[in-house]
Amino acid sequence: MSTLLSVRDLRVTFPITRAGDMPWTAPRPLRAVNGVSFDLEPGQTLGVVGESGCGKSTMARGLINMVPATGQVLWEGKTDLIPLSPRAMKPYRAQIQMIFQDPLASLNPRMTVGRIIAEPLLTHRPDLSAEDRRKRVDAMMERVGLLPQMINRYPHEFSGGQCQRIGIARALVVEPKLLICDEPVSALDVSIQAQVVDLLKELQRDLGLAMIFIAHDLSVVKNISHDVMVLYLGRVMEKAPRRTLYADPQHPYTQALLSAVPVPDPVIERAKGIIPLDGDMPSPMAPPSGCVFRTRCPRAQADCAQIVPSVQGGDHVVACLHPGPVQEAETV
Amino acid sequence: MVATTENNVATAQVTKGRSPWADARRRFFRNKAAVFGLLLLVIVTLFALFGGFLAQWSNEELDYNVMGQVAELGGPSIASGHYFGTDDLGRDLFARTVQGTQISLAVGVVGALIAIVVGTLYGATAGYVGGRVDGIMMRLVDILMAIPYMFVLILLLVMYGRSITMLFVGVGLISWMDMSRIVRGQTLSLKGREYVEAARATGVSAPVIILRHIVPNLAGVIIVYATLLVPLMILTESFISFLGLGVQEPLTSLGALIAEGAGTISYGTVWQLAFPLLFFVLTLFGFFFVGDGLRDALDPKDR
Repeated sequence: MSTLLSVRDLRVTFPITRAGDMPWTAPRPLRAVNGVSFDLEPGQTLGVVGESGCGKSTMARGLINMVPATGQVLWEGKTDLIPLSPRAMKPYRAQIQMIFQDPLASLNPRMTVGRIIAEPLLTHRPDLSAEDRRKRVDAMMERVGLLPQMINRYPHEFSGGQCQRIGIARALVVEPKLLICDEPVSALDVSIQAQVVDLLKELQRDLGLAMIFIAHDLSVVKNISHDVMVLYLGRVMEKAPRRTLYADPQHPYTQALLSAVPVPDPVIERAKGIIPLDGDMPSPMAPPSGCVFRTRCPRAQADCAQIVPSVQGGDHVVACLHPGPVQEAETV
Repeated sequence: MVATTENNVATAQVTKGRSPWADARRRFFRNKAAVFGLLLLVIVTLFALFGGFLAQWSNEELDYNVMGQVAELGGPSIASGHYFGTDDLGRDLFARTVQGTQISLAVGVVGALIAIVVGTLYGATAGYVGGRVDGIMMRLVDILMAIPYMFVLILLLVMYGRSITMLFVGVGLISWMDMSRIVRGQTLSLKGREYVEAARATGVSAPVIILRHIVPNLAGVIIVYATLLVPLMILTESFISFLGLGVQEPLTSLGALIAEGAGTISYGTVWQLAFPLLFFVLTLFGFFFVGDGLRDALDPKDR
């Protein structure tokens, strides 16, 4: 099978005009996503992790033309989605659906669940009769574990987990090939998180969905992804198959993130070394020279400020001048 | 979860959802002042619609018996058939009040309707499209608002003659601007919501998003503002009529009646002022109470 989605050098730049700037002052660029590349095979999941504000969500929105992006997003090896007009993009929107972070906020409070789930059908399959539409909505509700007799209820009558199921049903009712999940479980209780992740895995297996799964929780990503990509300040730091990344992280940032994941065993947890990261992420309007991570990197050296590490590589991509396993001196 | 689904499907019926509208209705009817206001409005509307059937006299007929002795003979009385008395020319004030209430309500409701339709679509479009389009559309509103509308309205009525149509046109021209500003502001906050983003991501076109996602969620604000706009329109019309530029005789409005009544109050004919004023005040109270109640009932923070 051919690659479903092939992304090359995706960039999203926002022009920022600060309050008090003169009208003729050129707006300063905020590079939210800065040269991200990856491939996604059908039926595979790419996990995307990183701190808040590292450009995860913006990357997802750039992929589907929700924010102006540059670069190349090749769909099924044929069509570049970036230059498409909204009209030309429409058929692809049926094939790429999205689910959102806040389950309740992503559902229109004035619409019944049935109408919410039917909306993509109404948009992309206007040929369907009302009865057919209803049948598909019913089937989809059952598929995601909702009672079809709740079809006339309103979103505020559902719990967070149920709302996310509604969001998933809405996304899958048009039978997409790619599902972009923008932190779909971050707003849910841990027990519900597991249910939703299991549901997504099950649906992926049955429907052959490809997924881009965005999260800031590495343990959730570990559960669902085939490949994992770590972003920092809009750049790829490390990308590898899940096993490789979790067993043998090479980038100090990935190592720091992994060391922060709590282990539900007090003995191991206490014995485990933590790599502390000082300070906050620098402003994406004024990123550090060279390697963007160098300001917080325990391994930073003089050359890190001069050379931008390349992100070339095969299966396991590491954007670091001094990659390698964790060193004893770095942990606390 | 899936297993229970299958068990229940056969037995359970489709349950009806509790819509945000049903919730709001329940809250509204729990509010005593709002229900009282609604009752007032119903009474005033019934009076305007069916009061004519109770009247013994038409609004144009002159009662020659009371002419010239209005202060002595023209007072309110059941016996003479002038329930509210007569005006200075001997015309039945009951019939004229019914007629005036009709005109005033019509002006208010038509003005508010124009505001709702034009103001909502204009404001929602400006807010949703944003950017330069928004800038141009809202600056146009700013410019129009900077023109003293009463002056323009009076000029219109003087130039094109006093007629109800002209009055509707004039009131409609001014009423939508405030509405469009309010709607635009609300739209700006709504268009960042995730459900609008979800609709955009799935490829729903902008006009459909505005009509399906933005406007229904603005409805609360729009309805509340419209109920407060109706009395404003009635007041505007009354002011115009008070100046003597409103509707043409023999048609009349509450404002015109109040103006007449105020002019003749020194002759001892208090009822000529009292009855139109009573209905005027009741209408305004009704709308304000209902508007207040709706605002409380539709406030999403209360949910």
